[in-house]
Amino acid sequence: MAATSNSENGNGNGKYKVIGTRPIRHDGLDKVTGRAVYGIDQNLPGMLYGQTLRSPHPHARIRSIDTTKAEALEGVRAVVTADDFSPAGDDEVISLVEGVFRLTHMRSNILAKDKVLYQGHSVAAVAATNIHIAEEALRLIEVDYEILPYVEDVHEAMREDAPLLHDDLTTEDFGEDTGTKSNIASHTQFKIGDLEKGFGESDVIIEHEFKTASVHQGYIESHNATAEWKTDGQLTVWTSTQGAFGVQKQTAGILGIPVSKVKVVPMEIGGGFGGKIPVYLAPQAALLSKKSGRPVKIIMTRADVFKSTGPTPATYVKVKIGADKTGKFLAAEANFAFAAGAFPGSPVWAGAMCVFSCYSFPNALVDGYDVVLNKPRSAAYRAPGATPVILATETIVDEIAEKLGVDPIEIRLLNAAQEGVRRVDGVVYPVIGCRETLEQAKAHEHYRTPLNGPNQGRGIATGFWVNAGLKSSATAHVNEDGTVNLVEGSTDIGGSRASIAMQFAEVLGLPAEAINPSVGDTSSVGYTELTGGSRVTFATGWAAYEAAQEVKRKMMAKAAMYWEAPEEEVRFEDGIFLHATDADKKLSFKELAGHLKDLGGAVVGSGTVDPDYGSGGSFTTCMADVEVDPDTGKVTILRFTMIQDAGTAIHPSYVEGQMQGGSVQGIGWALNEEYFYSEGRMQNASFLDYRIPTCFDVPMVDTVIVEVPHPGHPFGVRGVGEASIAPPPAAIAIAIYNAVGVRLRELPMRPDRVLAACLEKLAASH
Amino acid sequence: MGKKLYINTTINGEAVEFLCEPRQSLLEIFRDHLGMTGTKEGCNDGNCGACNVIIDGVLMNSCLIFAVEAQDRKIVTIEGLASPQGLHPLQQKFLEHASLQCGICTPGFLVAAKALLDQNPDPTEHEVRHWLAGNLCRCTGYDKIVRAVLDAANVAPNTETSLQSSN
Ligand code: FES
Ligand code: FES
Repeated sequence: MAATSNSENGNGNGKYKVIGTRPIRHDGLDKVTGRAVYGIDQNLPGMLYGQTLRSPHPHARIRSIDTTKAEALEGVRAVVTADDFSPAGDDEVISLVEGVFRLTHMRSNILAKDKVLYQGHSVAAVAATNIHIAEEALRLIEVDYEILPYVEDVHEAMREDAPLLHDDLTTEDFGEDTGTKSNIASHTQFKIGDLEKGFGESDVIIEHEFKTASVHQGYIESHNATAEWKTDGQLTVWTSTQGAFGVQKQTAGILGIPVSKVKVVPMEIGGGFGGKIPVYLAPQAALLSKKSGRPVKIIMTRADVFKSTGPTPATYVKVKIGADKTGKFLAAEANFAFAAGAFPGSPVWAGAMCVFSCYSFPNALVDGYDVVLNKPRSAAYRAPGATPVILATETIVDEIAEKLGVDPIEIRLLNAAQEGVRRVDGVVYPVIGCRETLEQAKAHEHYRTPLNGPNQGRGIATGFWVNAGLKSSATAHVNEDGTVNLVEGSTDIGGSRASIAMQFAEVLGLPAEAINPSVGDTSSVGYTELTGGSRVTFATGWAAYEAAQEVKRKMMAKAAMYWEAPEEEVRFEDGIFLHATDADKKLSFKELAGHLKDLGGAVVGSGTVDPDYGSGGSFTTCMADVEVDPDTGKVTILRFTMIQDAGTAIHPSYVEGQMQGGSVQGIGWALNEEYFYSEGRMQNASFLDYRIPTCFDVPMVDTVIVEVPHPGHPFGVRGVGEASIAPPPAAIAIAIYNAVGVRLRELPMRPDRVLAACLEKLAASH
Repeated sequence: MGKKLYINTTINGEAVEFLCEPRQSLLEIFRDHLGMTGTKEGCNDGNCGACNVIIDGVLMNSCLIFAVEAQDRKIVTIEGLASPQGLHPLQQKFLEHASLQCGICTPGFLVAAKALLDQNPDPTEHEVRHWLAGNLCRCTGYDKIVRAVLDAANVAPNTETSLQSSN
């Protein structure tokens, strides 16, 4: 395995002093010494331990729940069920970034009311003086279930005679309620041009169906929440979350109390990838705390994390693409269904946006369906919706290239999305870096290096994800020693304190180390949306930029005060405050900070932003070399290169880290991760049986950072968190084809599937 | 529930005593009773390595060890890696190589890597990957972790020396 240096990656185009450098992250020391306090580490005096009783059945009516024996167990302090919810607001909806959700659905996912809708659906929760007693108490709760027929396949769930999950769910078509009771929650459609004409003019048309299994985000820290609900009505929640304000909104809504009564303290978070946006435990812990009068902490078991939280939807995707003889794409059609799980809300809209996002298609039609069935409610996972649809599109693009005898990079370059191209959802691209990633791939030594053995193949694929804009806030305070305390609202999952602080430092000409960044709770920082949507370095970094501008203006005013000069006579250049006419008057930021004690009120600057959703976005192109074992069907990744447009890479090491992490998650999705169901129950709910890649399964991941600055952002930043997960499964499927001549169209491409395809091909050739 | 047992052990060079129930894991004692939350819990069933500690020189998942088994042992946890003189080379290299994103797996990786370098001060990339296969990281894709361990091996021909104060 080659360990190729990534050291040339990203230098901020040479324009900046701090941006593009690689300082040690500010929270690094605490995290390598075990001092950092994560959600699971929270401990309070008098704290009780909670645990949750969950349904063993995929679909059942709850006839009764008897908690008396559990309550009588010594050490048990509280037991709660859905009856403990206030009914206030049952007919309301909660509007979150990911969509609009009915409060009844959110409540019944926290504690089931009349029915359980999936194995693992929570039914009751217990708080006790230690975790073992809480677990014993769960076994003493008697639930009388009436078993109902269940449905676990998305196409079956769409049938008219399928068992219905919700009595009140009717299909929404193009945003209109059809009134038809069904498991199909909604139908989304995007359309441009004249599809018939486009296919009519095509010389080659290829169409196939693809299937992907549910996969889990697989964060190593389980869901957790510690809650203290005091008698004055004030509730505090300490939790690992991707968005403290989202937890505040969800928890308040679910409990039927005003948001002002809920304070959420975001702890250090052990991974999220989309899965720690929804709330699962905070309302349970809150109800238990209210009942017991004590703080209550719940850590979800790993098995429950798999059975009850966040998988991606399983998907069916059908894609058809037409091209002329030169390889120019003329028309594209997609039809897909996502299994949302027990409640509506899978990323159909995002899938529809992404399926044809990498190319210019003059004529296109996309139909997507959000379907409920008896599995856990799905949650976002890194570029939600993108990976399955990009698998379909990229595989077909490769087939068209093969059929026409065109180089796979050339056909992509010929059609690549660029400024002015209208995406199927109507967005017209500003300056983007899709072509640039392809050109880097073409120029890369990996692309030109021959493979060296039988059963080896190389695949290339391109992917995309947007940058959500959304609200972010940051507040800065200048210390007397010239350092700055910066409080920002985005949970730091992967080094974002550093990338935000560096943008702040750049404005003021300070070293990154002079900034002390911290993440505020909902009472100490301005409203900030979730850490997700590849938005933190982009939007919260922008808020920090604005805060730094205010600090700069105020510091210039202080310099004027110090020199007893008019403010217009003060300039700020290269980190130095200068007097316009008197060359002797010069102060560094640090020197001026040292005088602040005599210059009136403190210097505080704040920035709040709300950039447009979906402007720009980030493109990735990856190359995978594989070797297929013809006897077992096992696929080994020999070499992997990820190329991504970062706009401007603030901290290149952490940009590379996102690219490498997304690549390996994509490799896991491609080759071995899946929810394995039998009789409505997940059969592999542990890290042993649900196997995410280990370091022994993957090689080094080479990275190339492309920098096509985002035209709207002060430093040109594009969020890089997600787009790297989109193309790897497609690249690997194509590589397998190039190695052994079989096309796999179902994920994961497990050894048995690869072997079966190889044997089938062998049989056909005889 | 069972009667509590009195256990006497050595953690990071210091004598430690505690009471525990027979059913409690060593991980639970660290995290819930000794206030040592640096050792992380990722699965509680032996499949992620976040809870790695070194017991009498052997790398272990502390979630799979009963606390009572700690009697008369010498245990090294993440809290014992750095010394008053500074960070362990592995910790320093993890910082320099940006080998952590969320950081929840980091204590486990550092302890596991220390156990490796203690017995194999100059491992190959293959040996590093083989040894660390019991530690899951979902964020980094492992590239920067493996590089940091290889680099730390270069700067630390004898990793024990920096630990004298804690052993
Ligand atoms: S917590 Fe011990 S191996 Fe995962
Ligand atoms: S850094 Fe997050 S799991 Fe490893």
